[in-house]
Amino acid sequence: MRISRFLFFVPIFASILGFVGCSRQPDSLSTLQPDSNSLEKRYEDLIVGYAQLGAESEWRAANTISIKETAEQLGVELRFLDAQQKQDNQIEAIRKLIIQKVDVIGISPIVETGWDEVFQEAKDAGIPIILVDRRAAVPDDLYVSYLGSDFLEEGRKAARIMAELVDGKASIVELVGTIGSAPANDRYTGFREVIKDYPGMKIIASESGDFTRARGREVMAAFLEKYGSEITAVYAHNDDMALGAIEAIEEYGLKPGEDIMIVSIDAARGAFEAMIAGKLNATVECNPLLGPQFFELALKVVNGQLIPKWVPSIESVFFPEDAAEILPTRKY
Amino acid sequence: MKNNMKKSFTWRNITESRLFFPLVALSLILLFDFIFIPGFFTIENREGNLHGSLIDIFRNGSTVMLLAIGMTLVIATGGVDLSVGATMAIAASVAGILMNPSALKNEVFFVTDPTYTFQPLWVVILSALLVAILCGFWNGILVAYMRIQPMVATLILMISGRGIAQLITNGLRVQITYKPYSFIGQGWIVLPFSLYLVAFVFALTWLLTRKTAIGMFIESVGTNFRSSFFSGIDEKKIKLLVYTFCGFCAGIAGLVASSNIKTSDANNIGLTTELDAILAVVIGGTAMSGGRFSLLASMVGALVMQAITQSMYAIGVPAFALQAIKAVVVILVILLYSEQVRSFVRSIGASKKGVKS
Repeated sequence: MRISRFLFFVPIFASILGFVGCSRQPDSLSTLQPDSNSLEKRYEDLIVGYAQLGAESEWRAANTISIKETAEQLGVELRFLDAQQKQDNQIEAIRKLIIQKVDVIGISPIVETGWDEVFQEAKDAGIPIILVDRRAAVPDDLYVSYLGSDFLEEGRKAARIMAELVDGKASIVELVGTIGSAPANDRYTGFREVIKDYPGMKIIASESGDFTRARGREVMAAFLEKYGSEITAVYAHNDDMALGAIEAIEEYGLKPGEDIMIVSIDAARGAFEAMIAGKLNATVECNPLLGPQFFELALKVVNGQLIPKWVPSIESVFFPEDAAEILPTRKY
Repeated sequence: MKNNMKKSFTWRNITESRLFFPLVALSLILLFDFIFIPGFFTIENREGNLHGSLIDIFRNGSTVMLLAIGMTLVIATGGVDLSVGATMAIAASVAGILMNPSALKNEVFFVTDPTYTFQPLWVVILSALLVAILCGFWNGILVAYMRIQPMVATLILMISGRGIAQLITNGLRVQITYKPYSFIGQGWIVLPFSLYLVAFVFALTWLLTRKTAIGMFIESVGTNFRSSFFSGIDEKKIKLLVYTFCGFCAGIAGLVASSNIKTSDANNIGLTTELDAILAVVIGGTAMSGGRFSLLASMVGALVMQAITQSMYAIGVPAFALQAIKAVVVILVILLYSEQVRSFVRSIGASKKGVKS
């Protein structure tokens, strides 16, 4: 009886708390307005919330570590929430961060859609949102900036390196990422933009390897059965598929990296290992270590500086010559 | 007259056989390959081992074939096991972590030494299989003793399984460098080693179900579990047995899959393969409602699935159209099984009989 009465009160308490939460919003809005009289904020004064989408890959794990480590180094107070691959959790995380009145919210949206409402809530509370690594399909005024890779440019870079490696003459097979995903689409298009200027380079086959090693191997094996040594180069949308392709090529009896040139994207540690072994010719970086750039942006936003709507992450290209030297410093 | 009787009887025998339609489907696909893909049937001898597209169908299909063996028995009892993909991932994670425990220390260092392993190979394989069997046992308990509907019961492990696998490997992908382990998925003794594994599990299952009464019990439970109960068959134990066995098969499939890519990747190993396995059994003609089953037909079903994929690769269907085309082919294959087509085939038999008598 007593318990049931207690339970009856729970929603009432909750609603009171919720009301308090709401009533706080106006004053939080006023404190967050850029105040020209106060001193510029420094890293030590920042409270940054981060709604990570989960830990689905090594890339993401490195991304998380980078954010956390950089926060520690700079002395930023970081409220890090992991949404475990669920949009509900991520939306919930943003609401929590709004209640906690953080200065900036960083988020890697798990999906593109469905963010308008919660982003609006953050905006109403005066908390700027920075998208990291992934975009969201929301009106431009709901977030201040997007920090992430230029997948198109990654595709173009891969094509330019490939052209150099093969002297503008190649029969290329392409291992496409997950169909319909943004990186796969852009890496597909970017590569072709450059390739079309080289009449000697043609893509003879293109198939999805789903960004996984298993499928990369399977698809490459099928390509080899069909085209055999006609294939002179492989363009893989990520390192994993390239590593799978290497297995298939070795099994077929050819030498990856010599008989067949391989260029991939990501620059994960596995790729460096393969380059040291001479089985991979180049890898274009898709940088997950976005911590330093992210906090720099966050500070600028809080201090009311103007920042571009899109900040491309700093990315380079790696070759076998430097692989052994760089490998120990790779975090992913 | 007697002769005629016998002839029509054999035609009927053939068309009524569970193997007939899967084989027709498979030969149609292969016929298509034969006409449109030059070199699809060439089998090369490379250093004493056979290679070629046909061999690839068997090799890449081996995980689904292994799953389909266990799945056939489960479906024959009128159940279904959605968790086999997740069980594969769990088994692979256990195997991976026992060979390369670096992930537990939250750091990914590279073990490049192909002879390094944390535990000996037999411990690795036995533990992985044991964990997979436990997963199957869990499903069996839920279905048989807790009376939870198979789809719901196995859905629990399907969803939580990948989380468990992630926990085992600390959320990281474990690189497997230990050379002997990679033989499971990549080794060749004239034919790919994984095929011998399939043959072994198949033979074991066939003997268990066809040379003992277990097969009949399974079919009886699937047809009508109440009447089997009254005729003295312990329906619960039979169900527990088939789910546990299905877990065992998934465990082996997990070993093959992880050794194939030398990684235990909790996110991707066995992803959506449970659906491929179910489809293989369905193409093999075992009814989802349970009852009579044919292991061999399920094997052919698995090969049909892989043959479709392999042909798509070989034709060079653009990556962006692959899924849709695959779906269309599967629909066509399933249509072969419709009552209309069946009665049409029967009528061929009947008209033959008519002409001859």
